[in-house]
Formats: sequence, C-alpha cells, structure tokens
Amino acid sequence: MAKDDHAPSTLPKYSSTFTPEVNAEIRRAAATGIYDIRGGGAKRRVPHFDDLVFLGASMSRYPLEGYRERCDTNVVLGTRFAKKPIELKIPVTIAGMSFGALSAQAKEALGRGASLAGTSTTTGDGGMTPEERGQSKTLVYQYLPSRYGMNPVDLRKADAIEIVVGQGAKPGGGGMLLGQKISDRVAEMRTLPKGIDQRSACRHPDWTGPDDLEIKILELREITGWEKPIYVKVGAARPYFDTTLAVKAGADVVVIDGMQGGTAATQDVFIEHVGIPTLACIREAVQALQDLGMHREVQLIVSGGIRSGADVAKALALGADAVSIGTAAMIALGDNDPKWEAEYQKLGTTAGAYDDWHEGQDPAGISTQDPELSKRLDPVEAGRRLNNYLKVMTLEAQTLARACGKNHVNHLEPEDLSALTMEAAAMARVPLAGTKWYPGMPGTSF
Amino acid sequence: MQTYDLEADGLRGLNAALQSQSQTTNETAWEVINPRGSHAIAVGLDAPIEVTVKGSTGYYCGGMNAQATVNVHGSVGPGVAENMMSGTVVVEGDASQYAGATGHGGLLVIKGNASSRCGISMKGIDIVVQGNIGHMSAFMAQAGNLVVCGDAGDALGDSIYEARLFVRGSVKSLGADCTEKEMRPEHIAILADLLERAGVDAKPEEFRRYGSARTLYNFDIDNAY
Repeated sequence: MAKDDHAPSTLPKYSSTFTPEVNAEIRRAAATGIYDIRGGGAKRRVPHFDDLVFLGASMSRYPLEGYRERCDTNVVLGTRFAKKPIELKIPVTIAGMSFGALSAQAKEALGRGASLAGTSTTTGDGGMTPEERGQSKTLVYQYLPSRYGMNPVDLRKADAIEIVVGQGAKPGGGGMLLGQKISDRVAEMRTLPKGIDQRSACRHPDWTGPDDLEIKILELREITGWEKPIYVKVGAARPYFDTTLAVKAGADVVVIDGMQGGTAATQDVFIEHVGIPTLACIREAVQALQDLGMHREVQLIVSGGIRSGADVAKALALGADAVSIGTAAMIALGDNDPKWEAEYQKLGTTAGAYDDWHEGQDPAGISTQDPELSKRLDPVEAGRRLNNYLKVMTLEAQTLARACGKNHVNHLEPEDLSALTMEAAAMARVPLAGTKWYPGMPGTSF
Repeated sequence: MQTYDLEADGLRGLNAALQSQSQTTNETAWEVINPRGSHAIAVGLDAPIEVTVKGSTGYYCGGMNAQATVNVHGSVGPGVAENMMSGTVVVEGDASQYAGATGHGGLLVIKGNASSRCGISMKGIDIVVQGNIGHMSAFMAQAGNLVVCGDAGDALGDSIYEARLFVRGSVKSLGADCTEKEMRPEHIAILADLLERAGVDAKPEEFRRYGSARTLYNFDIDNAY
C-alpha cells in the first residue's frame, strides 16, 4: 500500500527527560570517557532575584525624588575587629579571580575599573600581582587552600584578607588550572613546573573545622597587626550554620557565594548539582547573624549571579551589606562579546555560551595566558567599561531604593519586596505577590 | 637578652615587639617565658633575631617566619613554621600536625617526632625530623626537602610534585604518584648539608629518596578513582 504523505501522523517527540542537550552529553561522555569541565556558574534555571519585585512607595510609603534627593551607597566592611575597616563608595565589589585563570591585562582592568568606581577587587588563587596591587585602591587578598604565592609581604600589602573555605560553583571542591594556561610566570608564582595541570586543594592544609579556623584567624591578625578586615567566604550549602561558625571563628565579614557564582574550571556536574541558589541563602545567613546579635556588626557579602542594580537592591533588601560580582565583571570587560563570534564558532561555541575558560583560548583575551590573545584586551578601556557598568548598577539600585523611600540603599528591607513565585517567596521569606503569606511563614501550617 | 613573660604581658605585645625589630636591631636575642601552649607565638617575624621559647606552644608557632631563628624548648602544636619564607625554627620536642605546611623557604628542625601531614603542600622549605613522621606527610608537596631520620607513616608523598623526600627508616606506604628514586651524588650532597645544618649525626648513605613519578602531572581519566 502506497504511503499517503497527507495522512495524519504524530510529530517527532522529544523527551523532556532525554532532551537533545542531554543526549548530546551522553554521546560526548560515551566517546571520551571523561566528564565535562567548564568555567562559569550554574546555568540551569533556579529561583533568582528576577522572581522578586519591589513594591515601591504608594499611599502608605513616601518616595524620594529620582535624581535629586540623596540616596547614599557607601558601605564599611570589617568593623568588628579590624583596626582599619575598609570603606567602599558602592556596595558592589569584585570577586576573587586568579591571575592564571585570567590574563594579567584582565586583572589590571578589574583593578582599574573597581578603583574608578570606588570599590574593591580581590586576588584569587595564585597570589597577588604587582599590576593588580598597583591598580587596585582597595585590594582583598584571598587566603586559599593551595596557598599558591602566599607570603607575609603581600598579606601586609592587602587591605583585607578573605579566607576562602569554598565557592558557590563547587562547595566542597578544589580548583584546577590546566597546563595550557601555566605560563612561566604563572608557574613561578605557584612554585610548580610549567605546563602541568595544577590542582588547588579542596581544604586548607593546616586547619580543620571552625575551632581551628578561629586560631588561624588569630594568627593572621597577629601577623598583620590586627589591621585588616578578615572575610570568610563559603559556598552556599548550609548558610545558617556556615555563617554561625564563621562568626564564631572571628570573621569580620562573611561572604556567601551561591551556585550561580562562577569558577575558572570545574566539572559541570559539580557546578550544576552541588550547592544552593543565591536567593536561598541570604535570609538564612541574615537569620544566623540576627540570632547571634551580629547583623550589621559582621557584614554579609552575597555573590552568585548578580547582574544589575535590581539584583543588588534585592540582595541588600534581604539583609546583605554588599554584593560581589565575577561573571558580570568579566562580561563588562568583554567576555563573550559577539564581536568575536567568528572565533567562538571556531571553538565550537557561540558568543554568550562560551565557557571553556580552562582551555586558555579566550578570543576576548580575558581567560587566557596566551600573549597574543591577552593583548586584545586593553586594560584601560576594559577598566573604563567596568567602571561604567558599576556606575549603572549603582544608579539602578539607587533608583529602586528611592522608589521605596530609602535615602541609603542599605535601608532597603524585606518588607519592600514581593515574590512572584512560591519558590522565591519561600527562599526570600517575602509574601507571594497579592498575598500576605509565604511558605514557611511563622504561625502558618504550610 | 630581652625576656618577655607571655602570661603576664600578652601575645599582642610579644608579636608587636618582635615584628617591629629592624634589620640592624641590637635587640637580637629574645626569650619568651610562660608560653603555656599559647597559639601564634612569634609569627610574622622579619628580622635577623633569635627567639627562644621556654616551654611548649600551641598552633602556628613561628608562622610565616622570615629571617628569624625561633627555638622552642618544648613541643609545638599544629602548623609550626607554617608558610615560613626563610630563617630557622628548631623544636626540641615533638610537633603536632601540619609542621612546616606550605613553607616557601628556611629550615625547620624537629628533634622529636612529627605528626601527620608534616610538610603538607611545602613550597621550598627544608624540614628535618629526627624522629618519625605521621601519615599523609608531604601531601601535594611542591618543592623543598623533607628529611626523616626515623620512619614515615602511611601515604607518604601522596600527589607529590617536585619536593624531595629522604627517609632513613621504614615507609609504611607511599601515596599516589610517589615513588622511590635513585640517590645520586647531588642528593647525597643536599642531604649531607641539611643534616649538618640540622645538627644531626647521621650518614646520608643510610637514607632512601622518594619523589614524584610525575604520572599525575596532566589530567588523565585513567588516573581518577
């Protein structure tokens, strides 16, 4: 019987479980026998700041005039124990990204942009470069498990010290820097042979647990004369307990990095399946600080997927003192810019999706140590772009704060927010829009 | 000789006084009494001074030392001489975990035994232990020399990079990618110098050398567990 081309038939049906993307990964795994390594943070859709809106002033609230009335943005970090807390003009800081993962030009650009905007930048695994110190008015020095490049001279040059316990992209995981990015200079700074794959340990070599950390913090304070604010950074997993223990150990500042926070290189399965969203950790951390009577005395910095002034304002409204950006800062510098599309295509990807930062072939010259690629990034121009971006984020946050009647962005509060989804309502502990209720609200049985 | 009573005058005063010494200071000899296991004694020093601690210490004694000589007339807690840059730390007694961790330079001498993870992530420091060392010592050791006059515990040199390990006694087990290596004349010379500087009466020829097999230097899925 002849086939009737016009006969009714079912359309090809893709599985919601075995999507084309999933199938492609199965085929890739079957062909190579190795898990996928990439940079960046979680790419899956998770409840985020987009699921919250500000309520704005109305009959019962009094707004501030958009451009004229004062709305301050400064923040002081490290007021608990440090003799020299740091004051930033804006509550948006630049997260730790290593020289090694990033080119020297990119690190310099981060310093330039942050300094122009009046905020801090942060070193990363691999130590402090003179370019970065020279261009960063306020520089936070990371104290990481690998201790690559760690030395007391640089420690004293820093304006603050960030003890890194974990990252949002990989709570419980260490780092890796593949051999193609290990130039002579990177190798020397890390005291390792050129060209080998370098592993950064997942736990610190000389302390275990919060009781030890308290003593480690004492040592660092003694070495630096109790001058520097000491941050403790954790990947978002158990934010209430991690915050409690960091405060107990003596932190001046707690940094919580959600699962959208980026990494230079980690297994995709780690990035997507370990840790919790940024939105889910803020109220938990704030609750811990409040239970200890330390909210605002120990400052809270939140990172992971911060993209705009709206995200900044929402994080502050939920109780953070400041936020930190990494991926967004890289994009502002020029990462994943469509102008390099032809080269992204050659790498088998496309602008906006490029995440093989570990391979060192970044067409934008940012996540690379290739001298020719690195030269593509003008640190002065890239720094200017970052400054512009930080200014816009700040203006946006001020706009929203004024709309809520606040003359300082840190006066924003949960009461200013409403949630668009049940998940966001539960995580942020703000009412679902149009209701007075959120899941888990005290006094309710849901 | 400057004598500092730690119990009476406090840790901050001690470290501030020691850290403020210049390259040309005349106050080169310091004695710390009543340490009573305190943490972070004589940390962050950066001058050619000699500090003698009369008793046992807690965590991180001599941490991040540069130039100074720190003698401990007792035993030390975890992380003695951690991240040392240069200078010398000598422990008359035993050392707890992580002795010499991440050290970049200088000489650490432990006249007794050292516990687990001795020389973890060492980056150029020389460590001489006259007794035994515990498990997982020289884990991810990058550079420098670890000399053990006694025995080594389990998983010595696991994931080691370019550090050299010399052991006179037995090694309970070697860690991943750590292997015994030929003791060539240049190694005998290095070891002889270290033993002499540490004041150890032992023959370099009695030691065996261990180091990296360098099979884990580039990621290979067949090496994953």
